[in-house]
Amino acid sequence: MIKFVPQLINLFATLILLLSFAMISQRRIVSLIHLFMIQGAALVAASFLLAYVTHQPELYISGVLTLLLKVICIPWMLHRMIRKLNVRWDVETLLNIPTTMLIGIGLVIFAFSLALPISRLSDAVAGGALGIALACVMLSFMMMITRSKAVPQVIGFLSMENGLLFAATTVTNGMPMIVEFGIALDVLVGVLILGVFMFQIREKFDSLDIHHLETLKDE
Amino acid sequence: MPSLTIAATWTHLDWVLIVVTAWLLIGVVGIAALRRFRFVAVVLFPLGAIFSVLLMAVALSAAYATPEVAVLPLGLPQLPFHLRLDNLSAFFLLLIGGVSAGVSTFAAGYFRQGEGTPPGLLCLEYHVFIASMAMVVLADDAYVFMVMWETMAFSSFFLVLANHRIPEIRSAGYLYMLVAHVGALGILLCFGVLQANTGDYTFANMRAQHLEPFWASIAFVLAVFGFGAKAGLLPLHAWLPDAHPAAPSPVSALMSGVMLKIALYGILRVGFDLLQTRIWWWGVLLMGVGLLTALFGVVFSTVQVEMKRLLAYSSIENVGLMCAGLGLSLLFSSYGMQALSALALTAALYHMLSHAFFKSLLFCSTGAVLHATGERSLGKLGGLIRTMPWVAWLTLVGVLACAGLPPFGGFVAEWLLLQSFLFTTGLPSSFLDMLVPVMAALIALIAAFSGFTMVKYFGVVFLGQPRDEKLARAHDAGRWERLGMLWLVVGCVLLGLFPNQVIALMEPVTQRLVGGGLAHTVADSSWLLVPVNIDRASYAPVIFLLGVVLTFGLAFVLVRRLYHGRLRRVPPWDCGHPWQTARMQDTAEGFGQPIQQIFDPFFRVTKQQPSAFDDKPIYDVKVEDPLWYWLYLPVARVVEKLSRIVGQLQQGRIAVYLMYSFATLIVVLLVVKR
Amino acid sequence: MSALGVFSQLMALVLALLLAPLLTGWVNQWRHWLQNKSAPSLLQPYRTLHKLFNKDSLIAEHASPLYRFAPYVVFGCMLLASAIIPTISTDLPLSPAADAIALVGLFALARVFISLAAMDVGTAFGSMGARREMLVGFLAEPALLMVMFCASMITGSTSLTTIVETLAHRDLAIYPSLLLAGVAFTMVSLAENARVPVDNPDTHLELTMIHEALVLEYSARHLALMEWAASMKLFAYSCIGLALFFPWGVAEANAPLALLLALPVLVFKLAIGGMLLAMIETASAKMRIFRVPEFLGTAFLLAVIGLLVNVLLGGT
Repeated sequence: MIKFVPQLINLFATLILLLSFAMISQRRIVSLIHLFMIQGAALVAASFLLAYVTHQPELYISGVLTLLLKVICIPWMLHRMIRKLNVRWDVETLLNIPTTMLIGIGLVIFAFSLALPISRLSDAVAGGALGIALACVMLSFMMMITRSKAVPQVIGFLSMENGLLFAATTVTNGMPMIVEFGIALDVLVGVLILGVFMFQIREKFDSLDIHHLETLKDE
Repeated sequence: MPSLTIAATWTHLDWVLIVVTAWLLIGVVGIAALRRFRFVAVVLFPLGAIFSVLLMAVALSAAYATPEVAVLPLGLPQLPFHLRLDNLSAFFLLLIGGVSAGVSTFAAGYFRQGEGTPPGLLCLEYHVFIASMAMVVLADDAYVFMVMWETMAFSSFFLVLANHRIPEIRSAGYLYMLVAHVGALGILLCFGVLQANTGDYTFANMRAQHLEPFWASIAFVLAVFGFGAKAGLLPLHAWLPDAHPAAPSPVSALMSGVMLKIALYGILRVGFDLLQTRIWWWGVLLMGVGLLTALFGVVFSTVQVEMKRLLAYSSIENVGLMCAGLGLSLLFSSYGMQALSALALTAALYHMLSHAFFKSLLFCSTGAVLHATGERSLGKLGGLIRTMPWVAWLTLVGVLACAGLPPFGGFVAEWLLLQSFLFTTGLPSSFLDMLVPVMAALIALIAAFSGFTMVKYFGVVFLGQPRDEKLARAHDAGRWERLGMLWLVVGCVLLGLFPNQVIALMEPVTQRLVGGGLAHTVADSSWLLVPVNIDRASYAPVIFLLGVVLTFGLAFVLVRRLYHGRLRRVPPWDCGHPWQTARMQDTAEGFGQPIQQIFDPFFRVTKQQPSAFDDKPIYDVKVEDPLWYWLYLPVARVVEKLSRIVGQLQQGRIAVYLMYSFATLIVVLLVVKR
Repeated sequence: MSALGVFSQLMALVLALLLAPLLTGWVNQWRHWLQNKSAPSLLQPYRTLHKLFNKDSLIAEHASPLYRFAPYVVFGCMLLASAIIPTISTDLPLSPAADAIALVGLFALARVFISLAAMDVGTAFGSMGARREMLVGFLAEPALLMVMFCASMITGSTSLTTIVETLAHRDLAIYPSLLLAGVAFTMVSLAENARVPVDNPDTHLELTMIHEALVLEYSARHLALMEWAASMKLFAYSCIGLALFFPWGVAEANAPLALLLALPVLVFKLAIGGMLLAMIETASAKMRIFRVPEFLGTAFLLAVIGLLVNVLLGGT
């Protein structure tokens, strides 16, 4: 059973990558939130497995924290926000979706080739998944860049944080608890502030299209 | 005094020279009979074809023989012609002979109806063209190589200008000449680097040199630039889509089928034979350029609305794929992986051979269609399978081969190429390890695209309903044209059904160039193609074909036996729509429209769309090559500006010119005095 | 080439011929049940084929011989495909004749002939169907090839029988790249077999036709052969999916008992697969035609990422 665990962790890593890719190609915002929830759940499962194998109880706590925050709390807040702001679709993207996916492939190759020598050196349980985590971070960053409505950008930010957490977990078998708590608090506050921000944008411009923000320049 | 050295018995090289001389003589006879259509067409071209078959036979026999050298007393006093016939040359002579036999036979029927130039002159230019290509492949020093290369360029230039009264054809020829000479400059510089200051331009000397990696890389890049200009690699491809349609169809067939491969021969000769070092990024460069070219070519071919331009872009795509194969082979060879390098090289050579046959077949078919209907635009053709059944069925074989479908030759080449891309884990660099599967994915994508293009070509030209009334009077191809096309079809089929024998032919070539070969694994069974071992991959085209044909026959017979075979002819169902005109089918532009939409950033599209208030609504879409506007026109403008600056030297006053000579004299005297 | 091998080869062919319409009927039944309708009988496809074979064939006046023999070619291609996919046994004498790449080429050959036949009659529907079919095909074919390559890179072979044997014999291992390849394969099979969300097999509206437009002009025995070939294509794709991702239960050489056992295992696996297909079809809405390239492009890129993940994780 023990020898399955690294393979299962790799499987969850691949699932997280798959979901990052699916998020890039999604247009509907409600589906984006669902995908984000599943990504969070996969991350939680990977943390629990890692905790089981390396016998570190802190990772259990970290997993529970992620569960509360990323799978329950934040998606609920996002759902509420969406209902209030009444956004359903994100039709306008900066580049069209096939081009975005092609760039995504390039980023994946870049991340993988970067991580290969490091993961060969690492003796952590799931060292091979560093490349995947790095790729997730890059893909989420790209999602933030190429979307033009605010809610997918927020989801991109959160997904990037997912990727970073996963990277830390796989390479160093978890972060110190203080750092975990700090990051969790930061993320929560960040989402709250972004929510307020989105309401303000909506009130000012009557739309959530961030292109309107460009008119705030000093001419 | 160098003299003609011949062995006591006639060697292969002698036979080849006899063929070349025969072609030149045929050309000269053609000049003597300048305007006699029938004589040129019925006697001279078939005679040329017979000599092509002889060349093929010689090449087949020379493929396994040891290299032969000869020194001809032609040329300058201190620079005689060095010639050499080795396995690589023999392979390309086989290609030249095989394809020109079919095309010459086709031309016998084609040139019957006159073009702008008199037929005798065309005969001379044509035979000089194939003779010079054969000599390029035989060349053993830079001098004869460049002389023959230029002869090839000039003769093809005149052939492209056969209809020189039309202005578009003249500008196509001009562009062709321009790019050919830019390329020739690159090749010349490359040879200059290769001879490494020894002053001896023979290839034997160049092989013996050991260049530093820096200079070797310069030579390689120059070779890719120079030969790539002739092969149609990005970005020096702009002449191809104009020159191939402008030329008469047999000439387009030769240019696409043979001349592009001679350019790749140049890359093979310099990169694999003359240069002794192999550096990994050369292979990556070739692969990258090749794949970009292939993607560009195939995407553009899907949106073309003219028959020959479509095939020209398809040629660009195929040349790109061949380059990618060569690049992969070079990459493996630089890491010492000889077996895989041989596999990739075999794939590239196989692709060259099969492309030569099926592309010439397709161009010949466009010639037949052009003669029968006078139309070359896809928008005015259609339904020709009923009035021209011979051409249609023979073209179907070419179309299936070009789309890379089993059991024809194009599929074998792709199969081998994909196999060589697949089993590559083991490259030292992790980046390359990941790049190679991605390139395999691109190749699969490009191959699928070419299927789209070929369905569009065959479907719009031969199937459906005629889009113009005069198509009803189209006549089928004549005897000679049918014979020529049949020869090429037989070539495609044989290349598809008997890959083992063809690979055995290529074995000496790959052994010499990369030190590995497939023949020992392939020779284990005669009907099964097994590149590495049978557990890994295998393919038996004969069984494949037999399987499909048998099930076809069985189904046919059984259905008629168990049920019945009754048939009635009725108007088409069409969901009950009563009125059907030919304009309700897809046009060529419409068929390619999904691709145009998906790949919109690649193109430069100018659209003119009607609005609801137009009295005479016009819909016009032009899809053009963006590289023409980004690269060629700016470069042309810079060159023009520079020339204007330099042109200020021409004052027009004699005193100033005399002053130039005087100043030069003074400077020279000063320098000499030092 | 033993007698048992020849027997298992013939069995594979006969099973493909007989079970394919049954699979289509099963999927249809489940679709109807999930949509709360009463379903036709499981044997309905056989009755339809019999009815079609009995009718007189009506062919358009100006159709060429290509149109007449395309259904036979397509049928032959699908039969040959079923002959090389290891459905119940890996001991298939014909399997060295074609490997995974040749299999994809076989499907491409069938697709080209169907498209050419559709263009032959020269109606608007025919050329539209041909264009859409080639559009779906040009992205689905490389995606399928990449999925096969994922499996080939893990097992070191492109021969389907070797892939099945290797995967079935390895200790139970989870291959993450096969997860990505599996998702890509599902998307590709939905597209190639003309299922919702790419194409609606029940449709009669021009806007939503792909496969229907290709066979619009055919009647009687030609239509029967085309429909049979389409169900055999679905059967072949399901068997490829089972062979790559669930290879257990397939008999090996010289194991007659395992051969007997392999048949119920296959039926069971296909039943579950058919049920899942019906559920996917019911739960999705058909997407617009120009979203299909994005859909297939995603499948292609997922398969390529699967290849890359395989290189990254070292094929564990």
